[in-house]
Amino acid sequence: MGGYFSDILNGSKSLLIGMGITFREFFKPVVTVQYPYQTIKMSARFRGHIELIADEEGKPKCVVCGMCERACPSGCISLGSISVETEVDGKVKKKKVLSKYDLDFTKCSLCGQCVENCNFGAIEFSKEYNLASRNKEDFHFNLLKRLEERNV
Amino acid sequence: MSAPIQLQPGETFILNVGPQHPATHGVLRVKMEMDGEYIVKAETVLGYVHRMHEKMGENRTYAQYLPNLSRLDYLGALGYTHGHVLVIERAAGIEVPERAEYIRAITVELNRLASHLFWFGCYVMDLGGFSPLMYALEDREYILDMLEAVTGARLTYCYYRFGGLYNDVDDDFIEAAKRFIPRMRKSLKKYAALVTGNIIFQKRLEGMGPISAEMCRKYGATGAVARGSGINFDVRKNEPYSVYPEFDFDIPVYHEGDSMARYKVRMDEMEQSLRIIEQGLAKLPGGPIMAEKKPKNIKLPVGDFYQAVETARGSFGIRIVSDGDKNAYRLKLRSPTYSNMHLFDEACEGMMIMDALAFMGSLDLVIPEIDR
Repeated sequence: MGGYFSDILNGSKSLLIGMGITFREFFKPVVTVQYPYQTIKMSARFRGHIELIADEEGKPKCVVCGMCERACPSGCISLGSISVETEVDGKVKKKKVLSKYDLDFTKCSLCGQCVENCNFGAIEFSKEYNLASRNKEDFHFNLLKRLEERNV
Repeated sequence: MSAPIQLQPGETFILNVGPQHPATHGVLRVKMEMDGEYIVKAETVLGYVHRMHEKMGENRTYAQYLPNLSRLDYLGALGYTHGHVLVIERAAGIEVPERAEYIRAITVELNRLASHLFWFGCYVMDLGGFSPLMYALEDREYILDMLEAVTGARLTYCYYRFGGLYNDVDDDFIEAAKRFIPRMRKSLKKYAALVTGNIIFQKRLEGMGPISAEMCRKYGATGAVARGSGINFDVRKNEPYSVYPEFDFDIPVYHEGDSMARYKVRMDEMEQSLRIIEQGLAKLPGGPIMAEKKPKNIKLPVGDFYQAVETARGSFGIRIVSDGDKNAYRLKLRSPTYSNMHLFDEACEGMMIMDALAFMGSLDLVIPEIDR
């Protein structure tokens, strides 16, 4: 019988302690960010989808070696190249130039294998996170076009 | 309107819980044969989120398989990738710099904390208390911010590499972690007063869902489930790997075997994780974070390799059978919750349905990890 009443007493005390904690929490500063109106800056190492890096002339640094394409676990990168004849010191040289860099972001798992395997420092992670769409096609990025748009 | 079905005395009916049910935290289906509110027989049905991770490991190179490991248990992903890189490094004979191993241990423990915090919040919410979830998620957010700053991702990390790490931690991370430890200790005291001390919570959990040590051994249960039943087994202590032998920490063990014991084990484990992080930060050596001698395309020698690690949910094992090629001949993942879940069928016989669901929460199931 004594246990019964001490249970009630201790129980009520534990409930009051709990209420005291929630009451104190009530006056603590708000930590929530009201997302669409407020945003936070992404950390420097945040991994968004990949983006091409341009050289000084605004052309992509990519030399179409295909390392990223081969390293990708999901096969979401597809490259295309054209052969361009350039004259260097009177000699005609053939050079591979990037004509297509398509990223299928629906398959990408942001592992970073492509960036790590690139020997020319030609791709980087973007800070893009506002990606939402009803269309699958919106996530098929033409990175070459995006680079040109950034240059303008 | 048709008349309600009248059950004859002694007649049972089948109740389907899931596959889409909020109490199961994922797509787990439980077929329950019910006698009124009491469970006569329960059968867990799997296969709703099977993604063939083991098969993927056999047709991808070892490096390409890295992102898969963090998609098993999305709440404590770093522990799983740790197991994978450890087994490859041991098999290929890659020496890992000490700094890299320390950072691995620190980040794994932070991830374990995040996982336990999320379990704590959700479990209390399963039982009907909402505020602790919000407090736990606030603390977890600090951990995720820290991990995002070093790994670049918040949940499905791909941070460890064979021979080291993707990138080094900076001073900001170390400062943030040092600030976080006292904050988390204060929070743990708050949780103890708010939840552990709560009379309703105690009365609900004490004696509910008892699991004996024999049953744990029979089903191969590990982690907090086994430690709550009096089995003192933790891979970090029993089969030390990485730099864990250099840390001073205890393995919390409770002998009651009920849901309260499992709850207490996890709450104590958080305190121990904080101790490991504190020591790791104090001892963190300088130096490189990537092995110097590392083959570009990793090929394992012919053989059979196994590595067990202690993740937030229990002992995770990865076995690789190699035929000398650049991908595994056979890859087997031993996931802790798969074994822990199979207890449920036997343990919940004769339980009331509300107790059974609260008991399921105490097992800390993550379904994509059971169904890999």
